[in-house]
Amino acid sequence: MTEPSPRPSIPASEAIRFEHVSVRFGGVLALDDVSFSVGQGEVHCLAGENGSGKSTLIKVIAGVYQALPGVRTDYFGESVAAPTPQLARRKGVAVIWQDLALFPEMTVAENIAFDGLVGGLRLVNYHAIRETARAALAKLGVELDLSAPLKSLPISGRQLVAIARALASDAKLVFMDEPTASLTQTETDRLLSVVRTLSSTGVAVVFVSHRLAEVLDVSSRVTVLRDGRLVGVFDAEGMTQSRLTELMTGKQFDHAVTARDVGDAPIVLETSGLTRQGEYSDVNLTVRAGEVVGLIGLIGAGRTELAHTLFGMSRANSGSVQLSGSAVAFTSNREAIAAGIGYVSEDRLALGLVQPQSIADNIVVTTLKQISDADGLISVAKKSAAVAKGIGEFAIKIGQPGDAVSTLSGGNQQRVVLAKWLATAPKLLILDCPTVGVDVGARDGIYKIVRGLAERGIAILMISDEVHEVYFHSDRILHMAGGRIVAEYDPRRISIAELERAVYA
Amino acid sequence: MRDYLRTHEGEMRLVVVLAALTIYLSFASPIFLSAGNLASLLNNNSVNVIWAVGLLVVLIAGGIDISFAVGASVAQYLTALALISIGGGNWIFGLVFASIFGIAIGCINAALIAGFRIISIVVTIATFNALFGLLMFTTSGKSIYDLPDWWTDRIAVASLGSGGALTLPVAGMVAAMAATWFLISRTTIGRQIYAFGDNPEGARRAGVATVKIQFIAYGWTGLMAGIGGLMQVNLAQEVVPNALIGRELDVLAAVVLGGARLGGGRGSVLGCFLGVMLVAIVQNGLNLLGVSPYAFKMLIGLTILAAISLSNFDLGALLTGGSRRRGHVDNH
Repeated sequence: MTEPSPRPSIPASEAIRFEHVSVRFGGVLALDDVSFSVGQGEVHCLAGENGSGKSTLIKVIAGVYQALPGVRTDYFGESVAAPTPQLARRKGVAVIWQDLALFPEMTVAENIAFDGLVGGLRLVNYHAIRETARAALAKLGVELDLSAPLKSLPISGRQLVAIARALASDAKLVFMDEPTASLTQTETDRLLSVVRTLSSTGVAVVFVSHRLAEVLDVSSRVTVLRDGRLVGVFDAEGMTQSRLTELMTGKQFDHAVTARDVGDAPIVLETSGLTRQGEYSDVNLTVRAGEVVGLIGLIGAGRTELAHTLFGMSRANSGSVQLSGSAVAFTSNREAIAAGIGYVSEDRLALGLVQPQSIADNIVVTTLKQISDADGLISVAKKSAAVAKGIGEFAIKIGQPGDAVSTLSGGNQQRVVLAKWLATAPKLLILDCPTVGVDVGARDGIYKIVRGLAERGIAILMISDEVHEVYFHSDRILHMAGGRIVAEYDPRRISIAELERAVYA
Repeated sequence: MRDYLRTHEGEMRLVVVLAALTIYLSFASPIFLSAGNLASLLNNNSVNVIWAVGLLVVLIAGGIDISFAVGASVAQYLTALALISIGGGNWIFGLVFASIFGIAIGCINAALIAGFRIISIVVTIATFNALFGLLMFTTSGKSIYDLPDWWTDRIAVASLGSGGALTLPVAGMVAAMAATWFLISRTTIGRQIYAFGDNPEGARRAGVATVKIQFIAYGWTGLMAGIGGLMQVNLAQEVVPNALIGRELDVLAAVVLGGARLGGGRGSVLGCFLGVMLVAIVQNGLNLLGVSPYAFKMLIGLTILAAISLSNFDLGALLTGGSRRRGHVDNH
């Protein structure tokens, strides 16, 4: 465990300084004597796992939650006894939540100037709204069509609108919650340049995230929280995602590369020259039986699009796919499942599981034929046998098989998804970001299961945007960028730092 | 103007369809463009338009109201009883009574929806049944024919030519349209109604008083239901407790046809007018062309389906080879 290093250069004037922040929810201490400060115009990272207290801290600063007595709260050098949301906003604190909280059907101008529309009955001054919006966008140095409906903008454009909205209400400290989660590399770059502009005009920005490798560059300090406590404040310079992960989890992970040779095990999946216009091009890859191939790439690299084609959900324009030596061209994912392909979607919440249905129903949904009797009705005995097998094999922690899947933790939900697909006896399993939404501590269990599946001879293509994941848990790494596979690495012959540089560069 | 065309594409499509239909019908039937026919089209559909702009506000706020036609019947009946009890009254009294009863019914819906957080379609189906049952039970289905003269007298407000007089309900329609347009486009309350329907959680976080907004939206629908009911007496010359039942779905279809989105955040007054008129003109045209009235409902259903499918259908993408990305998720 690395000792927190004292921060050498404390900024001259501070935007906020919060000391001895403790928050209690029922019997749980969500924040325990945490201190947090941001300099004016500083770009700061607030890092921590889910449940570490990041959001609670932001809500205290935004005046939504009250801290326990003993707290000291300064906004721009002024001590405030009990901050409220209105007061925090007046002091210039704005929070841009991950969902942006914008209005898709309304125009860009109305979204930016929305604070001026809130409240009692007044006439709308559209001219003033446009002027406000124009001025806010000018501060950001970007131009957007003011009368376009917000929904016509891509996510990155909407994010700019959300920032402009914060500036329109004179924000001097902007919190951005998971800002890069759904951005492509180009969009992230654009966001970072906007952040630099803001910083140079004295507006402080705090990135709140568990994945910060992309924003460390523009930041000067990183505050790390764990289990509601302050781990420390660190210089961003020299910080790496791996060190950050250690700080966030407090665990020295057993960082052994698990890669091994599968020799000349039969090739299960082979693509050649696979191209789908606008999504990916000239993809050549092979996955052998028992092999875990990591496909790393940032959002927008074409990874998921490629997976959709392999799984029969979209069709390539050219190139070929061979499954166990025979050419296949699926027209639907039913065909892909029948041919022995399983796909664990990155959007587990929406696509991977039927959340309100029971754990049991979710496990058997892919194998309804197998558990049915000759009359076509589901056999209760066969179903409970299949469910028991899945739950036992994957050590899923559940109350009752009849409980809704939504009652499970992220890690256990992912186990249900894996059990569901294993029941189809796949030859090839495509895992799209298998640990998204799974706490770092619970990820090891998922990786062990993946390894166990590979040892049974299943070929595994593991798509990820976390270098960590593919480096330590795959046999071979393919790097995808701009729709192409640009490099192949053997984790045993490259350091994680080198791989991080290659991917995030 | 360019911006208007871009943000009101749906309305412009309807204008084109209506224009084509009008041109066709003016050749197919000599009567269609006559002053008498046009005036009766407007007179007979003015009440539907009043209800449509009322319903629009609730749809924009992300809700739905199935009960407004029954609400209009109740308000109409109560207004008639109240007017008789004060010895007749006049238009001012009529408007005040109808508005108060209408708003009260809207507020009952709002209290159930916003106060108890019950989904609006469930609440308004329940109030639809409860109000209708209550009305039929307490009145024993008795109609009222003995109404004050001022209420049933035809008042011409404008003339389209010989035999084509526009009556008071048309003026009511124009006023309802103007007032609703002003509310939703020109006041901060209206913009907050749009925002609330578009993203309720975002609106709440931005400080929009969401309960108040819902009371205003359902109250407005109630107000328009009451005024529509008042005007309908002027057309029908009588108060029949079950006369308006069934029209809620016709009006709802017309409003959706006019571009309002079930789910909130989108819709316009012009769209409502065009939606109601499109349905009316199709029906009028079929009538003039001598098509069996038994086919009306079917053809109107098909018209609505065709119009709504077309508006969800991206012609551009089809022409450029359909290169729309599959699996593209429109977040939030």
